[in-house]
Amino acid sequence: FRAISQMANYYDEDEDEPVELEDDRKVSLAKWFLQNAPSEEMNHVAKDVREVLRNDRLYELAAAEAFQEYNLKEMISVEMPNGTGQVIVSRYGEIDGSHYLDPRTAQVAAVDHVKQISTSVRPATDEELPSSDVEHYRSSVDAELLKYVEEAYPRGSCSVYCTRGKDNFANDGGFELTVVISTSSFSPQNFRGGRWRSVWTIQLSPNDDSVNMRGHIQVTAHYFEEGNVQLSTSYECTESTVFQEAQEMGISIVSTIRQYESEYLAAIEDKYNKLSDTTFKELRRKLPVTRTQFSWDNALQLSLSREAARQVALNQRANSRNR
Amino acid sequence: MDAAMDLMRRMPPVEAENALLSLVELLPHHSQDLLSRVDQPLKVAIDKECDKEFLLCDYNRDGDSYRSPWSSVYYPPLEDGAQPSENLRRMEVEANSVFSIYRDQYYEGGISSVYMWETETGDGFAACFLIKKDGSSSADGRRGLLQHGLWDAIHVIEVGEQCDGEAHYRLTSTVMLALTSECKSSGKFSLSGSITRRTESTLEVVNGHMTNMGKMIEEMESKLRNGLDQVYFGKTKEVVSTLREPLGTLTASSYAGQAIQSSIINDMRRR
Repeated sequence: FRAISQMANYYDEDEDEPVELEDDRKVSLAKWFLQNAPSEEMNHVAKDVREVLRNDRLYELAAAEAFQEYNLKEMISVEMPNGTGQVIVSRYGEIDGSHYLDPRTAQVAAVDHVKQISTSVRPATDEELPSSDVEHYRSSVDAELLKYVEEAYPRGSCSVYCTRGKDNFANDGGFELTVVISTSSFSPQNFRGGRWRSVWTIQLSPNDDSVNMRGHIQVTAHYFEEGNVQLSTSYECTESTVFQEAQEMGISIVSTIRQYESEYLAAIEDKYNKLSDTTFKELRRKLPVTRTQFSWDNALQLSLSREAARQVALNQRANSRNR
Repeated sequence: MDAAMDLMRRMPPVEAENALLSLVELLPHHSQDLLSRVDQPLKVAIDKECDKEFLLCDYNRDGDSYRSPWSSVYYPPLEDGAQPSENLRRMEVEANSVFSIYRDQYYEGGISSVYMWETETGDGFAACFLIKKDGSSSADGRRGLLQHGLWDAIHVIEVGEQCDGEAHYRLTSTVMLALTSECKSSGKFSLSGSITRRTESTLEVVNGHMTNMGKMIEEMESKLRNGLDQVYFGKTKEVVSTLREPLGTLTASSYAGQAIQSSIINDMRRR
């Protein structure tokens, strides 16, 4: 009962002057709301949280932490100010808390998390970039990925990062590339929004000719006209292939991604198609088991006669006990 | 208050209870308003006297105790907790037993509770009809399709004073649901949501109020279920299709479709 009676207490004590919350508590509650904002609705949620808090200093404390976590989790993309394209804000390209690598243009963008913009760009240093043989593979995957994303995701952003062994091409464990695809849509006038995120971690080992891929896809969607309905999905898969020349490797990796993601989209479609007639039945049927609307008058009679029968039985039992 | 209500409409429905608790904490002056305007998933308690489960809400609460619709006893025990009048209690008992049959036919399981109370004016009264169904495969899900599946329905109905054999009914209904199915081939798929709708009608009282209230609730539940199924789930599916093209399927707007379109146009120009 605890939560409910805790609320009930607030309710009863409403007459009294409520105890002012600690600032720390207010900030942590504000952060919770911000972190749970649906895709692309952060600014709406932030405006509400600011109004509820009525304290700009506390709001800014909460926002400073929450926006960064949110941007990284959602993998938002922001326009680079020098007109060279967008950079994805992801932990795979994180240099520090406010700088993100764009491997395609070999630049590092400074990001203002709360404003969700990039304020400046500088060229990446040699230490921030992979060695040329690893880069050869990275850029080949990137080139194929761009073609695929342009075809499959109308507003998609994508990036290929070297996330391990950037100077380690043919040594022991080889190297790791991480492919990120992120795309969102938001239409407040249609009360809806959502995001598709894919992360593919690819272990490439030139020495034993092996390539192991692990994919993780997450899709969210929100519809909120006179209600609040949210979709959230998560799918993981693995695949392995053989190590090849850079160009073939790019084609092979991206065609695997393309195949899994297309199949996954079809699987979501299939889930939706089965909802109405099967899955939803687990919660409530469209029609009663009798397949006709419920007969209220008959049920009333039935329950009355049941009640009468129960009373008779109780009386009989009481009588026999008395005897 | 507007900002608080807007937040409730944006937070994940599965987090509704957390969101409401946080808002009550941040806005103690509005707690009464918040609690009356925001519905939350129903809690369950056991009536030890009848060995039956019942549902908790603000309408069967007195202090920290909740009245069972089966024995009318408060849990945890409460001396002189509020009780409905004898007449109303008789109607409440009847309503609980009829509503249980209704629930079984539509829900194939679950828990229901009906509470009634006097309103301030004349012989009018109010009632709330509650249903909770756990459709998880480990609970009442008969087909084993859901790892997690919850449905909560809250119907609050105000019945006006009877005049000329007619009475006015005002119904506010909320449905909250969450379903998750998980399998290796398609991963985890979760939908959750809540919607609230209102309706009013003036009906002839022929066989007592129960039939009228029951029919209104049945119609409303079907409307809400269809709305969730057809409109709300459908809209989230549409969002997914704006994110990614189904490759291999040609549509006028798809990349492949547009490419073909422009190559045909170019061909025609050349001729």
